Amino acid sequence: MASSNAFMRARYKYFPDHLVGELLSKRWMESAVPTVILVAVFLYLVGTLPNYLTPVNLMDMGRLYAEFGLVVLAMALVMIGGGVDLSIGSMFALCNVAMLSLINMLGWPLWVAIPSVLVFGAALGAINGFLIGYLKLRAFLTTLVTLIIYRALFDIVLQNFAVEISGGFLDSEVWDFIGDGDVFGVPSSLIAFLIVAIGGHLVISRTRPGWHVMAIGGARRSAYNAGVAVNRTIFMTYVVSGILTALSAIFFAARLGSAGSDVGVGMEVGVLTAAVLGGISLGGGRGSVAKATMGSAIVLLITNGMLRMGMEGGSSSVALGVILLIAVGIDVKWLKNRHKIISKVYVSPAYLDLPSAPSAEENSGTPYEVNNRLKTVTAIGLGKLEGPEDVILDHNDNLFTGTRHGDIMKFSGPNFEKQEVFAHIGGHPLGMAFDPDGNLLVCVGGMGLYGIKPGGEVYRLTDQTNRTWYSVNDDSRLRLADDLDITPDGEVYFSEATIRYEMHSWSLDSLEGRGNGRIICYDLNTGKTRTVIRNLLFPNGICTSFDGMSILFAQSWNCSISRYWIDGPKRGQVEPVIPNLPGYPDNINRASDGNYWLALVGMRTPTFDLALKMPGFRRRMARRVAPDEWLFPNINSGCVLKFNEAGEILDVLWDLGGENHPMITSMREHKGHLYLGGISNNRVGRYKLENADPDWVGIDTYWGKPK
Amino acid sequence: MAVQRSDQNSVAGSRIKQFIKSLNAAWFTQERIVFAIAFILFAAFSVSLNGFFSVDNLINLMRNVSVLGILGIGMAIVVIGRGIDLSMIAVMAVSSAWTLQLMQNGHSLGLALLGGLVCALSIGVINGLLIAFVEIPALFATLATGIFLYGVGKSTLLDLDVIYLPENLGWFEEIGKGRIGPVPMAIILCGVAMLAAYLFLSKTRFGRFIYGTGDNPLAARITGIPVRVIITAQYTLASFIGFFAGIIVSTAVSAMNTRIFHSTMIYDVILVVVLGGIGLSGGKGSIRNVIVGTLLIGTLLNGMTIMDMQYTMQNLIKSLILLGAIILDSFLHPRNEETAQQGDI
Repeated sequence: MASSNAFMRARYKYFPDHLVGELLSKRWMESAVPTVILVAVFLYLVGTLPNYLTPVNLMDMGRLYAEFGLVVLAMALVMIGGGVDLSIGSMFALCNVAMLSLINMLGWPLWVAIPSVLVFGAALGAINGFLIGYLKLRAFLTTLVTLIIYRALFDIVLQNFAVEISGGFLDSEVWDFIGDGDVFGVPSSLIAFLIVAIGGHLVISRTRPGWHVMAIGGARRSAYNAGVAVNRTIFMTYVVSGILTALSAIFFAARLGSAGSDVGVGMEVGVLTAAVLGGISLGGGRGSVAKATMGSAIVLLITNGMLRMGMEGGSSSVALGVILLIAVGIDVKWLKNRHKIISKVYVSPAYLDLPSAPSAEENSGTPYEVNNRLKTVTAIGLGKLEGPEDVILDHNDNLFTGTRHGDIMKFSGPNFEKQEVFAHIGGHPLGMAFDPDGNLLVCVGGMGLYGIKPGGEVYRLTDQTNRTWYSVNDDSRLRLADDLDITPDGEVYFSEATIRYEMHSWSLDSLEGRGNGRIICYDLNTGKTRTVIRNLLFPNGICTSFDGMSILFAQSWNCSISRYWIDGPKRGQVEPVIPNLPGYPDNINRASDGNYWLALVGMRTPTFDLALKMPGFRRRMARRVAPDEWLFPNINSGCVLKFNEAGEILDVLWDLGGENHPMITSMREHKGHLYLGGISNNRVGRYKLENADPDWVGIDTYWGKPK
Repeated sequence: MAVQRSDQNSVAGSRIKQFIKSLNAAWFTQERIVFAIAFILFAAFSVSLNGFFSVDNLINLMRNVSVLGILGIGMAIVVIGRGIDLSMIAVMAVSSAWTLQLMQNGHSLGLALLGGLVCALSIGVINGLLIAFVEIPALFATLATGIFLYGVGKSTLLDLDVIYLPENLGWFEEIGKGRIGPVPMAIILCGVAMLAAYLFLSKTRFGRFIYGTGDNPLAARITGIPVRVIITAQYTLASFIGFFAGIIVSTAVSAMNTRIFHSTMIYDVILVVVLGGIGLSGGKGSIRNVIVGTLLIGTLLNGMTIMDMQYTMQNLIKSLILLGAIILDSFLHPRNEETAQQGDI
């Protein structure tokens, strides 16, 4: 049993399960599969075909790639806009014949002929664009029909002028350069392709027209309602597609100078395969130039490789057809089920072996024995608050607390009957502390660390920290800043409970039992943010010790309080203070007698402690059972503890009935009273402390009495 | 008496008014327009073209379009179910050619037919699975399976592009060549197929389910119709009809030229269906539309052939007509930004 435990511990410690979900939720992962395929196909071809890496071959491949790639870019643009263009093969053939007949038959100079062919391609695309954009025909069927129309035109032209078109021979250096020139070994057409690709990338990702295309493809109806000129934009995608196809045909014409009857036949299948394989979705809204270039490289390598291995044209088209179907199938299914898969895989439990919990039962002899002292708690703002996680009071007996709606509420008056919105920040304000200048610093879940001036003006302190280079999730952003405290040097230490979940789904972190949280330090003097301690199990409450030499912090999921030395000989070290609590610790704050208050948000149960030792069980639960039915730690009934510097429990306050103040996430002592916050409560609790200093104000222990 | 007469007059008058009123909107269905055009074209060709209006030519016309009509039935079933099947010609060519190939290789007629049938049905089932279960757009899936089947046929199943029918097969040859009286068997088979399809679509529960699925797949699914099964079945049926048409073609000319896959025949079939008035958005139309569409296309093809028009020019004209038909279809069944389905290409 012991060895199997050790095995399990090591397996969950070193095998990064959580990366699966994090990787899957990355957009760039979708390009990873095509990249792997590309590299594999390339290596295979290099290994099997002789002379594959010679400059001559690479140059030839470069030309083929440029011509094919331009057409794929054309298709990609149309597809991103939510359409499809099957007529490109015929357009390609027509433009090829147009180019050759202009220069060979009619003898036009190149500088007239080339723009003319581009315009011709634009016109062919414009017909498609008009039919699909303005007449609202279905792209697929319409371009299928224009495919035969253009092909029929091509056949008619070829029937009548084949000899004249192929007969002439243009003797021009420029034309030869377009056909097989190169610059430092890079083929001319490849240079043109690269320019178009970079330009296309900038247009799609950085300009208004590009965003419009993306928007229409992603949500046509919303784009229309948002005022995007849907018809015109779609029209333009087909026009541009025609121009790119014409450009490709010009390079083709210059390279081969032939007008065979099978030019461009079946080209649309290869081009579609390239686009879909690269990761451009049928139906629009998803795709990029990089994906198109990747897809075209794969398809070109495959078709060219099959040709060189002496396979028939038939089996090559079979292969393309199958690849196309598989790629589309995966794309359709992945798009549809992406969220389901990620939500199932994302929760990745780890192994956590907690020592057995000390009892809190009556007459158990432990310091945690239940009592009913919180029975006398009175409510402040009952029903007018939602989610006051932390409370704090200033010298003038004003009480501040955050709400779920992103407001900071201020209660004043002898019995706190006057309620006003002190400031609106957004997010979910959690832990609070006053700085030496009387500004209220707040950890805002979902936003970061913010400050509020005494006049109610909100300003941002920090919302990011240094990025860990090896982390998959971007950990520079602050997802869940939880509680903070300020040291005498003006450093704000605050906890980020988890870097894997957002504010609204923080409870899922409890299922993982992994150190996903961290403690971050923001320096008020320099304005710099740095991560101090990583891999903590839901770090929560933070409190600077009275001597200012260390900070105490709570880790909720492993039920412990630790001390982090910020000064003195042990500087930088972490040592346990209370290693094993009977519940999940939340905020820590100073008490008037030189000790510390600690809130336990909920009590441990043997069931969940056992579940923490069975990661497989929790993983199956997260995958197979509806979230409503999951086993979560209890966060509904807890208590308030008082402990001293040595970690001994001195006092405990319970609400046995659970009616008065069931859930406690924080408590703040102020002038003989204890004020209680709870993240799912609709009130702030107030409890009269016996034998407490009736003039004690928490802020004074930090910054001294005001003058 | 006089009073009675005036009554009758007014009744007749209001009937005429009603008729004129109904002319404005409801009477001008696409089916009737197309029928009228077919009739006018027919009359024009009869007057202007020598040898068009003769019994021989008309029977010839009918026989030539009977295969188109049969394929049109299969396409109609799929289109009514809000799909489209571009693999029908590949199925027709390869499955029947394989039947002939099997006979060439010395297998019995029964086994050969079974082989061809299995080939056709499996492509139909694959189409259905891809479209209904994997949810690949129908145009896309059937385009790819058509290419796939043709490629497999060319590279592995068949020895040559053209496979000939062995001799002395008795009744089997009669399918394409036989006549009942003066009427070629192909026309009769086409008529029987149309009658069967008509009964299937309008009288059986399954047929009505196809209409329901095509009209509104989501509602059909909520109602409890097994939409995915229906879709799979309709493509399988279309493939079966493709095989049937292929047998008629190959017995009529004693060979099957698989290069027909490269021709524009699939567009002729779509033309029959779309021109006949079966909306591409599904749920509408019947076999009557197929008959009307077939007649128009038949008249047109026959007329162009008699005029000795070039094949490429014929293609151009047909495809322009198809484009016109699609545009007309989009005007009769318009889509706008508010009702268009996302990702509907």
